[in-house]
Amino acid sequence: MTAVLEVADVRGGYGGADILNGTDLRLGEGEIVVIIGPNGAGKSTLMKAVFGLAVIRSGSVSFFGRTITGMRADQVAKLGMSYVPQERNVFASLTVNENLEMGAYLRDDDFGPQIERIYELFPPLKERRRQQAGTLSGGERQMLAMGRALMLDPKLLLLDEPTAALSPRYAAETFERIREINALGITILMVEQNARQALEHADRGVVLVMGENRFEAPGPELLANREVAEMYLGG
Amino acid sequence: MTDLLQLLVFGIVFGSILTLGAIGVSLIFGILRFAHFAHGDMMTVGAYFALIFVAQIGWPIYLALPAAMIGAALLAILIDQTVYRRLRRTAPVILLISSFGMALLLRAAVQLIWGTDNQVYQPGINVPYVVFDIRIKPDHLVIVGASVILVFAFHLFLKMTRMGKAMRAMSDNVDLARVSGIDSERVVIWTWVIGGALAAAAGVLLALDTRLNPQLGWNVLLPVFAATIVGGIGRVYGAIAGGMFIGIATELSTAVILPAYKPAVAFTLMVLVLILRPRGLVRGMN
Repeated sequence: MTAVLEVADVRGGYGGADILNGTDLRLGEGEIVVIIGPNGAGKSTLMKAVFGLAVIRSGSVSFFGRTITGMRADQVAKLGMSYVPQERNVFASLTVNENLEMGAYLRDDDFGPQIERIYELFPPLKERRRQQAGTLSGGERQMLAMGRALMLDPKLLLLDEPTAALSPRYAAETFERIREINALGITILMVEQNARQALEHADRGVVLVMGENRFEAPGPELLANREVAEMYLGG
Repeated sequence: MTDLLQLLVFGIVFGSILTLGAIGVSLIFGILRFAHFAHGDMMTVGAYFALIFVAQIGWPIYLALPAAMIGAALLAILIDQTVYRRLRRTAPVILLISSFGMALLLRAAVQLIWGTDNQVYQPGINVPYVVFDIRIKPDHLVIVGASVILVFAFHLFLKMTRMGKAMRAMSDNVDLARVSGIDSERVVIWTWVIGGALAAAAGVLLALDTRLNPQLGWNVLLPVFAATIVGGIGRVYGAIAGGMFIGIATELSTAVILPAYKPAVAFTLMVLVLILRPRGLVRGMN
């Protein structure tokens, strides 16, 4: 079976010293995969490299068997991959509805029904559709960021620390939403600091250290692994 | 009192012109992250484009104005694609300096083609209407009317069209715009279309109020920049408020100090606003 995403021996970063030192990753269709690891391990960089926002010096990235190494972000988006950055992930001065419209920028068809589906998935957004995104709470902002990314009906969704700025209650709710999104048939790759919680909801976890994968196992297995637990999950 | 009202009229007229220039500077800064120093001279070129249509073809000003705007928009795209585009991946300061060079180049070209003498669109006296002792020239009505229409059209473009929204999105957050699949090069081209066209309009209206000469736009670059910064650079709605504020304030200032100090007044106001409200007069609107 072709992998949704295949990252092979990728080295690169932001033009200076390499941050990724031969990273490998393989995502099957419909999976939820979580990348965990210490700060500076290259988790966010890996996502950016996949999405054409960081420099790949060597190695390759392919999406459904098609090589996308070094492709521009807007071209990657066109192929059916969406990315939610950790910070500044909404257009603060645009309204909620306009944010969703921008998510659909590449669509030429009528995306009204898709906007309605997003509002069904995240009801609080509907009440605030005319409000500027900058006035939303942290939780609502995260919903909007995900909503924007879903406007293109992507096959793969990249989430960079979706619960970083959220209270535990909102974090739990966000993981529930991620599951719902996944149930729609969308493969999910996320980076999480909230490693324990994230792994409970994931099919697989990957531990990234110094730009290399250290461990890779199904979520519960990683949680049970003593070495991983001690070093990367805070004991 | 009448004197002050008269100055207010002049201020509104000057403010309408500054607003059109400031919107472009602010928009270009918002999208391309550099202060476009050639904007004043783009205004001048636009004013002379209109002169071609008025003097050579005999068109009335309301036809020459849109024609000049189209000409300036095309010129702006040409300049961007031949000069600025190649420098876009370098530091913003390099774009700023190159736009300064472009300013000199445009002014020199205007001097070569049209000469250095003062010119007017239509000779003759613009007989003013007198309302309660306040004198309002017909040209003043044309200037304010044209500016209001253009600003309103621009507002509709920003709020209602896909490209207008993409422009606001890109000026808000470039990275996220790219991630959303917004084609930044197309947005850049539209930025120049609008910046160039509005600059030409400002130039034509300024020439209507004064006279055409090669220094026309360069002379108001300072107040245009002041208006942009007062409004919060990169916020196009702020540029409208900033343009009117600087226009009216500088004209009113001539009630107490010599008109020669007008540019200094604009600059002083800018510095004061920067000290008191560093993010500009208008808050929260991009």
